[in-house]
Amino acid sequence: MVNSSTTSAWTLVFTAWLVATLATLGALFMSEIMALAPCVLCWYQRIFMFPLVFILALGLFPFDPKVVRYALPLGVVGLAVAAFHLLLVAGYIPETLTPCRQGIPCSTVQIQWFGFVSIPLLSFLAFFTINALLLASYLRSPK
Amino acid sequence: MKQKNLFIAAAVLLIIAFFVGAFYYQKQQAEQAAQTAAHNQAALVRADAPSFGNADAPVHIVEFFDPACGTCRDFYPMIKALMAEHPGKIRLSMRYAPFHPGSEPVVKALEAARKQGQFRQALEALFASQNDWVQNHTAQVDSIWRPLAPLGLDMGRLQSDMNSSEIASMIARDLMDAKTMNVTMTPEYFVNGKPLPRFGFDELKSLVGEALLQTSAK
Repeated sequence: MVNSSTTSAWTLVFTAWLVATLATLGALFMSEIMALAPCVLCWYQRIFMFPLVFILALGLFPFDPKVVRYALPLGVVGLAVAAFHLLLVAGYIPETLTPCRQGIPCSTVQIQWFGFVSIPLLSFLAFFTINALLLASYLRSPK
Repeated sequence: MKQKNLFIAAAVLLIIAFFVGAFYYQKQQAEQAAQTAAHNQAALVRADAPSFGNADAPVHIVEFFDPACGTCRDFYPMIKALMAEHPGKIRLSMRYAPFHPGSEPVVKALEAARKQGQFRQALEALFASQNDWVQNHTAQVDSIWRPLAPLGLDMGRLQSDMNSSEIASMIARDLMDAKTMNVTMTPEYFVNGKPLPRFGFDELKSLVGEALLQTSAK
């Protein structure tokens, strides 16, 4: 009853859910446990990341290949915000053009692992992976 | 079925990892804070800091506070009650940590009132009227004079004391000490030099209880 292309499409969406959940818990860990205040851009990325945990989970049971249709717009916008944030931290976009007015400036680097892994980079990678997995799942799904 | 189990297992695993991580992170942070405190006792206890209670009390609570901070206001009567429960056993020292915008001139006024022997009265008047002079987490020094009026302070002297370099440097030193002690939020408490393992009145109470037991055993 379950053919192999459906199974692999399911596995791809499931992996995207895993990435989204990991990113969500990671973000909550940094803000709630490590007490790092999220900047404005981080909030926008959270707005597009957190709902993926629920939307993708609902699309898994019962498996609905159309979940990609609902999840991908969030992932794409999230990726765009993360890319903007990365460019900002790298200095390609001047801080004055950003929506940060008070609190933590978005160009502040709060964490740097191994010398180059920052929070916006993690966010960008998470959105990128989710989008890639969802696209792959869309292409694999039986039409 | 297999897929469902896989999903549930992954979800449970991630959540457990989150809480185990949180537990170890907080434990490590608490140990680090205790070490910082142990190495910097000089920055914690300053002889000229305003204090309440018996100066030779066996238990010494040092509080970093901001008169504009709501939690400081809420904790103040609770600590007073705790001190009243153990008369003569607890001393409370207050250190200035004006983290709110606009709070520094208010602290200056408070310290200037202390020079006229009205620290407690001024502090209590400021806490009681906090909602009138703190708006959107910003202290408005112009609005503190009305609540302070009943104290009958010498206002000319108060103003000139507020502008004195002595008070300015005391506040600057307290802020430096706060930085040294890793105090980033108010209120922050240290009981006989030990930081709270986690913020909360129960934690403060149990730390005080421990200190009381230790000193009575001696």
